Amino acid sequence: MTHVLDVRALSKSFTMHHLGRRMQAFSDISFTLDAGEFLLLRGQNGAGKSTLLRTLYRSYLAGAGQILFQSRHGQIDLARAADVDITHLRRSEIGFVTQFLIARPRVSAEALVAEPLRLAGKASDEALDEARHWLSAFGVKRDLWPAYPTTFSGGEQQKVNLARALILPQCLLLLDEPTASLDVSARAALVRRLADLKASGTAMIGVFHHPGDVASLIDREIDLTPKGEPQEEREDVAF
Amino acid sequence: MTLSLDAPRLVTTQPLLTARDVSKSYGAVQALRNVSATAYPGEVLGIVGESGSGKSTFLRCLNLEETPDTGSYTLDLPDVQGNLFDLDRFGRRMLCAKRIGIVYQNPHLGLLMTHSSSGNVAERLLIAGERSFATLRAKARGALEASEFPLERMDAPPIELSGGMQQRVQLAKAIALEPALLLLDEPTTGLDVSVQALVLDTLKRLQAERRITMVIVSHDLGVIRTMSDRVMVMRRGEVVEAGLADQVFQDPQHAYTQQLVHAKL
Repeated sequence: MTHVLDVRALSKSFTMHHLGRRMQAFSDISFTLDAGEFLLLRGQNGAGKSTLLRTLYRSYLAGAGQILFQSRHGQIDLARAADVDITHLRRSEIGFVTQFLIARPRVSAEALVAEPLRLAGKASDEALDEARHWLSAFGVKRDLWPAYPTTFSGGEQQKVNLARALILPQCLLLLDEPTASLDVSARAALVRRLADLKASGTAMIGVFHHPGDVASLIDREIDLTPKGEPQEEREDVAF
Repeated sequence: MTLSLDAPRLVTTQPLLTARDVSKSYGAVQALRNVSATAYPGEVLGIVGESGSGKSTFLRCLNLEETPDTGSYTLDLPDVQGNLFDLDRFGRRMLCAKRIGIVYQNPHLGLLMTHSSSGNVAERLLIAGERSFATLRAKARGALEASEFPLERMDAPPIELSGGMQQRVQLAKAIALEPALLLLDEPTTGLDVSVQALVLDTLKRLQAERRITMVIVSHDLGVIRTMSDRVMVMRRGEVVEAGLADQVFQDPQHAYTQQLVHAKL
């Protein structure tokens, strides 16, 4: 069986021109991921967990190695693919959930959530209906649906963010601490949605401050803490 | 690792716009040095750089107002062939009227300030051969409406309008004939932030609804980041870096881009 993702000897470093030096974020990471699998990334602060997610999403450019992704159009190395292909894959096959909402000024919460569906070709009314369904599922109050999310509280913004990021089922989902700033019921709604997506075959890689939230979903773990350094023992911080 | 324009491809769309090795000098000043760019159908390409980096000159080349010393420029459209820099004056005028729209920072460059706003939009249609008064009027009204211009002011001359409204007239003129390519040169510079947000929102909506390919030039990194799928960074007439918008802003490779991104408030 072909893996959804086959990461081979991936390394990433940052060149800081103003300091005149390079900083290694992680090096020589290899793993595979199959459909419906959930991989948890562990490691201390600064071990490179978020950096790895962003490198897989191509927000960061890989220094060396391959990220072979099995797309509906065939296999492609995300580390080297043309920008236009990455844009296309981000719209249709690879999702990224962060803890930050990217809201454009003067765009309503429901329009923002419906946007991925509209870009995928769904009719405006249908997309809006589905957007409202997910806003409600994540516990965003009805009065807020037509309002601008830039004015919302942190937790409300995060709910809008999740509804938008998870509205379209993807082949690969990257999760960067999506439970941060969520209340208990929204966290439960998130875990339910992730479980459904997982069951339908979405492969996931996640970083969680509290992995306990998603314990029932985790199939495998990778620890990114560089060898020779003590592993973090505590369960409550900085995983 | 640098990614070339010719990276292995998965999706088979052709770029709408391909410019290769465009160079232009004004006397001893080299304004553009081997600038290459592509834009795919429906994509927004942002160009950033300090004043004098050549970004506006490049945009004027794409609008066929300037002829570079060397280089090629093609648009993948039916009935449009060859290097567009080789077109004569008439060919350029027709192509620009029908397929390329532009919004300038300075409305005085794009509009006849004392003619009516609707007349400014209709001029585009006249160049393209439309002669029926009723059709001219209806199409001008449609374009102004799509640009979210208040229709009760459609016969007012731009000189009587606010800066934001003038930009909307320019936009209506640019989209009057449903262009394949929309060029935007600092479209919101000089507007206050709330008007800027409205104009950007109109542009985003048009882009989503009509899948117009856009090239937007600005020194405002926030505008470029909000609007663009891909970003090209220019300095002293050269492209120093190009990539996906989030990548260029989050993981800038070139020393100049790092400086630029880190200088943003």
